Amino acid sequence: MRLPRVPAMSRSTRLGGEVMADLLVATNVTKRFGGLTAVDNVDFAVPEKSIVTIIGPNGAGKTTFFNCMTGLYKPTTGKVTFDGKDITAKPPHVVTQAGVARTFQNIKLFKTMTVLENVQVGRHARLKSRITGMILRTPFVRREEEEVERRSRELLAIVGLERRRYQDLASSLPYGDQRRLEIARALASDPRLLLLDEPTAGMNPQESDELTVLMDKLRTELGIAILLIEHDMKVVMGVSDHITVLDGGQKIAAGNPQEVRKNPRVIEAYLGSQA
Amino acid sequence: MSAIRNTFGRVSGLVPFWVWCLVWLLAAIAFGFIGDEVFSDELYDASITTLGYVMMALGLNIVVGFAGLLDLGYVAFYAIGAFMGGWLMSAQFSDRDIHFLVSDVTEKLPGIHLNFFLVIFLAAAVTAFWGAVLGAPTLRLRGDYLAIVTLAFGEIVPRVFELSESGLFGIGSTNWSNGRQGITPVDKPFAPIPGLDEITRLDITPYFFIALFMVVLVLFLNFRLRDSRLGRAWIAVREDEVAAAAMGVNLVRVKLWAYAIGAAIGGFAGAFLGVYRNTVNVDQFEFGFSVFILAMIIIGGMGNIGGVIAGAITLSLFERFALPELNPLTQSLIDFDITAISFGIFGFFLLAMMILRPEGFIPNRRRKMELHEGEDDETATGPGDESLYAVRG
Repeated sequence: MRLPRVPAMSRSTRLGGEVMADLLVATNVTKRFGGLTAVDNVDFAVPEKSIVTIIGPNGAGKTTFFNCMTGLYKPTTGKVTFDGKDITAKPPHVVTQAGVARTFQNIKLFKTMTVLENVQVGRHARLKSRITGMILRTPFVRREEEEVERRSRELLAIVGLERRRYQDLASSLPYGDQRRLEIARALASDPRLLLLDEPTAGMNPQESDELTVLMDKLRTELGIAILLIEHDMKVVMGVSDHITVLDGGQKIAAGNPQEVRKNPRVIEAYLGSQA
Repeated sequence: MSAIRNTFGRVSGLVPFWVWCLVWLLAAIAFGFIGDEVFSDELYDASITTLGYVMMALGLNIVVGFAGLLDLGYVAFYAIGAFMGGWLMSAQFSDRDIHFLVSDVTEKLPGIHLNFFLVIFLAAAVTAFWGAVLGAPTLRLRGDYLAIVTLAFGEIVPRVFELSESGLFGIGSTNWSNGRQGITPVDKPFAPIPGLDEITRLDITPYFFIALFMVVLVLFLNFRLRDSRLGRAWIAVREDEVAAAAMGVNLVRVKLWAYAIGAAIGGFAGAFLGVYRNTVNVDQFEFGFSVFILAMIIIGGMGNIGGVIAGAITLSLFERFALPELNPLTQSLIDFDITAISFGIFGFFLLAMMILRPEGFIPNRRRKMELHEGEDDETATGPGDESLYAVRG
C-alpha cells in the first residue's frame, strides 16, 4: 500500500548540538476506551538516530500509546506521521512496511517455530516473491530465500544468540534470549525506528547492561532510532537522549535525563503527592 | 509407540527426503499396474476414491493445519468443483453446443463438453475464487465463530445447487442441477494421445493414474507453499495474529490465500470425483463429508503432510471396508445397521481425538506443542491479547 506524502513538516529536535530531523511525530494523540482516556492529547517526536524513552508509573498509558503508533490501536483523535508519511490508523503491516518495527511487553514470539524461522517471518515485509514464484521456486525466489536465511543469521549474531540454538524452538530459549530474539525478529524488517516495550523486564543486571550496549550499537552502527518503554532507571538514564514522562495518559514532563530527574512533577508521579 | 517412532525416524533420516518420495510414488505406480489383478476390484475402486480424498484432506490441511482457520464447510468446494465438472462435461446445457478436445463419440452429443484435463484446472480456478469470496466475511472471526459461519456456508452452497432447477437464485430459467437427481452421466476423461484415448468405464486403471498424477501435483503445491514465505506467514498467523501483523504480514491477504488455495484443491479433487462417479448429485455434499475430511487431518496430525495422507487413507478405507465388515456383527447382536451412522462414528473419532490426542497420531512437532501449551503455561496468552486487534474497529 502506498502512503500519501503529507507536506514536509519543518519539525526537528535539537540533540546535543546536532539538529536531527524528526522521524516519528505524534500530534495530539488521544485514545479513549469507552469512558476511560488512556492517552490524553500527547504530542511526541522521535528524531532520527536517537534513543527516546517513555517512562511513567504502571497504567500511565505507555503501551497504549505504543499501540497507537504501530497501528494495533486506532487513535481516537490525533495524527501520527513517520518520515513525513501519515501512518495514523494504518494497519500494522503497513506501518511495518513504512519502517517501524516493534517488540512486545509480554513476549510474543511464534513459539512453535524455530529461532531462525522467527527471524525469517520478521523479514516478510521486505520479501517480494509472488505465489507463482513460490510454487515454481524461480531463481529469484531461491535467491531471496537464501538471502533471508543469511540475513537472519547475521541478525541473530548481532543480538548475541548462540549459533547452536538457531534450530531450537523459540519457546525453549531462556527468557533473556527470547527478548533478544524478539529484537532480532523486529530488526529483520530493516526498520528505521525500533520500538521496544520494556525490553529488560525479567532480565538480570548483566543482561540489562548487554542490552544497553546493544541499543547503542544499533543506533551508531545501523543508524536506527529507538523508542523505548522502560522501568529500569539505570538503563533509562544510561541510553536515553530524551525522556518523556506519562502519567494518567498525559505527558507531564519531557527533556533530557538530567532535566527529567529533577522535575518535581515526575518525582510526585513516581513517589506520590506526599513526598 | 514412541520407541517405534524414534527407530523409524532414525532409519528414515538415513535417506534423503526425495528418495522417500520416489519410493512411495513407485509403490503407488506398482499398485496401479497390478492392483486390479492381485487385489479385489472393490479395493482398486476404493483406492481411486481414496486418492480423491487424499487431495481433499491436503487442501483442507492448508486452511486448518497451516493457517489455523477451522473450516467446517469444506464440502462447499467439493460441490462447486463437482458441479463445474458436471456442467462442463455433460449434456446438461443441451441448448449449447460447445466441444473442446473431446472424443469422437462425445463430439456428437449436445451440451458443453470440454476436455477433462482442462476442466479440473478450470474447476480449481473457480473454486479458488469462491474460496476467497466465502472466506472474506470470516476474516475477523476466530475459533468457534469461524467454525459456525463456515459450517453455514457448507450447508448453503449445496442447497443453492439443489434449488437451482429453474434459474440460479430464481434468476432466469436455466436448469443448473436437475434438483436432487443431479447431473448424470458425465463425460469420461479423454486424452487426445493415441493409446491413451480409450478410457472406458470397464477399465478403471486410467482413473487411478489420473488421480495419482493429481495427488502428486497437489503434494508438490503443498510442499512448495509450506517452505515459502507464505507458508511461514500462515504458521505465524496461526501462532499469534497480532505479532504476525506487527512483522509485516498482511493478515487479510494471507488468510484469503489460505482459503483460496484450500478451496482450489477441493474443487480440483471435486471435479475428479464427480467425473469418476459419473454423477454429480447434491446428496453427495452433506455436512458429514466436511467432518469426514476434517477427521482425516485430525487423526493423521494437523499440519503434517505425511500424517494427513496417512489419515486420509486410513479413514477412507475404514469407511469403505471396516464398517461394512462390522455391520453383520452389530446386526446380529443388537439388530442395528452401523453403516447408517458412519458419519456419527467419524464425529465420535473427532471428539475422542481432540480430547485424547489432539496432535494426531503422526503429529507435527509444532502443532503438538501448541495444542498442549495451555496445560502447563497459563500465562501464555492473556485475555487482553485476544481483543487487541478488535479494538481498532
